[in-house]
Amino acid sequence: MSEKCLLDVQDITMKFGGLCAVNKFKLQLKKGELVGLIGPNGAGKTTVFNMLTGVYRPTSGDILFQNESLLGLKPFDINSLGLARTFQNIRLFKSLSVLDNVLVASHRKTAYGLMDSILVTDTRCELEDKARADAIELLKIFNMENLIDEQAGSLSYGKQRCLEIVRALATKPQILFLDEPAAGMNSTEKVTLMKIIDSIRDKFDLTILLIEHDMKLVMGICERIVVLDHGVIISQGAPQDIQNDPKVIEAYLGASVLEAHS
Amino acid sequence: MKQLIKANLIPVGIIILFGILTPVFESALDAYVQTIFIYCLINVVLSVSLNLVNGFTGQFSIGHAGFMAVGAYASAYVTMTYPSYLGGVMGAGGAEGILLQIQFFINVLLGGFVAAFAGWAVGLPSLKLKGDYLAIVTLGFGEIIRVILLNTEAVGGARGMYGIPKIANFFWVSSWAFICILVVWRLVRSTHGRGFLSVREDEIAAESVGINTTQFKTKAFVISSFFAGIAGGLFAHYLAYLNPSSFTFMKSFDVVVMVVLGGMGSITGSVISAVIITVLPEALRPLQELTQIDFRMVIYSLALVVLMLTRPQGLMGTKEISDYLKFFKKRGSSNV
Repeated sequence: MSEKCLLDVQDITMKFGGLCAVNKFKLQLKKGELVGLIGPNGAGKTTVFNMLTGVYRPTSGDILFQNESLLGLKPFDINSLGLARTFQNIRLFKSLSVLDNVLVASHRKTAYGLMDSILVTDTRCELEDKARADAIELLKIFNMENLIDEQAGSLSYGKQRCLEIVRALATKPQILFLDEPAAGMNSTEKVTLMKIIDSIRDKFDLTILLIEHDMKLVMGICERIVVLDHGVIISQGAPQDIQNDPKVIEAYLGASVLEAHS
Repeated sequence: MKQLIKANLIPVGIIILFGILTPVFESALDAYVQTIFIYCLINVVLSVSLNLVNGFTGQFSIGHAGFMAVGAYASAYVTMTYPSYLGGVMGAGGAEGILLQIQFFINVLLGGFVAAFAGWAVGLPSLKLKGDYLAIVTLGFGEIIRVILLNTEAVGGARGMYGIPKIANFFWVSSWAFICILVVWRLVRSTHGRGFLSVREDEIAAESVGINTTQFKTKAFVISSFFAGIAGGLFAHYLAYLNPSSFTFMKSFDVVVMVVLGGMGSITGSVISAVIITVLPEALRPLQELTQIDFRMVIYSLALVVLMLTRPQGLMGTKEISDYLKFFKKRGSSNV
């Protein structure tokens, strides 16, 4: 096991009753990498994410983060270690304001006690002001600083996706898992998003694992791609190699397409 | 220190004002109105505290009367068993009245803490449950407490506990109601409150950003139980008589109705509906005398049905009085 390897996923398997959703999934993430996880619908991509973030406990296998196992930890423990995620079906705190959504995530920065809250001590005010300023700073990356008082549920679909990323960033992660960040966005929004994902990686020194259906987006920014089909890794490597891998084309378009080509 | 003083000067001032107003209150209003007024305030404590769990944290608890009973009996028991422990220690001459008041404050606080402990003991295992299951557990707890009290000879059993000194007056009840509102108000606008709200909105998302949902639920539950205990202590020392039948499921349900009617997640709404629900049956009393038929409960229930049909989100929804008064506010809502 090399020192540089930040996250080491060792043969995790997830079985739901008789169904094997993910079978012996392997992945090594190095610091600063941007890896794409692709695959047809139902391939098990989100199940992988759910295992990595503690929502499901793998049936077998192990997940090592900085050489420590994440197995059996609760999602909030895993988050506090520095792994944050977004959701495929947006899960914002819909009736809270945009700012509050981000502030919930920065609760570790505002760790004052109950008494501080009740008596409104100086500690509370300082920490709140600082957290608020930090949150607005983060929202500025996505040009959302003028929306802080809006209700999160009333934002446009694209903005909601962005807010989820901001919320994940506010927990100060080392690894960011993005579950279809561009779903439901139009092509201009997608291009902007691509640039932002690339820039936040450098700015916050992040390692990113990304699930995406949009091939252009994945091919454009990912350095390495893992392809999953029916719970099994069928291919991995650089974007160009993946694009031409017959197995990948078969998984996405069916075997007959290949035959027709040849 | 600067913020601390700035933020708490007005609340302390208001409590002193309550002290000054007490003699006026007691001399100007007749006993009947006074009693209703006091019950309004006790119900305010109950509904605002339950709103913390049901409204802000999104858990459905219907055992509030149980915690109220714990607080009521605990504080009344101490008052009855040790009538003047402070006086005994200090052997005070003329200051006896003040010592009794301080002692009463300590006893009510004690009742609150015992109720909070009960809340912790019930909450920790059951708050892992969701929705209806939690409701049933809390309902069961309320009934268990009532049956235990009914069978405990030391607190009078079915005969109840009588002869409790009537020390709770306008000052104490209004001060505690004010403190309860202030605490819940400030709490929900702090990092703890955002934690509560995030649990209500989406537990999975809350956990994904590092919120320990069970811990936050327990926290809300304990604070809520504490104030239910306080309300119980005040109730015991105002009525001067306790009986397990005061803390039945119906009492819990009354409080839930207050919270739902006022709006889940609105402190202002809880206060308003606590007052309405306490006053309405009394206000309808002349009607009963006029017609010789007890229409009160019919009208009361009908009013609830109509209100829920026309305004399902409650009187205030999740809005507060401050949302309507924003015009007058200079500062942001984060530091109040």
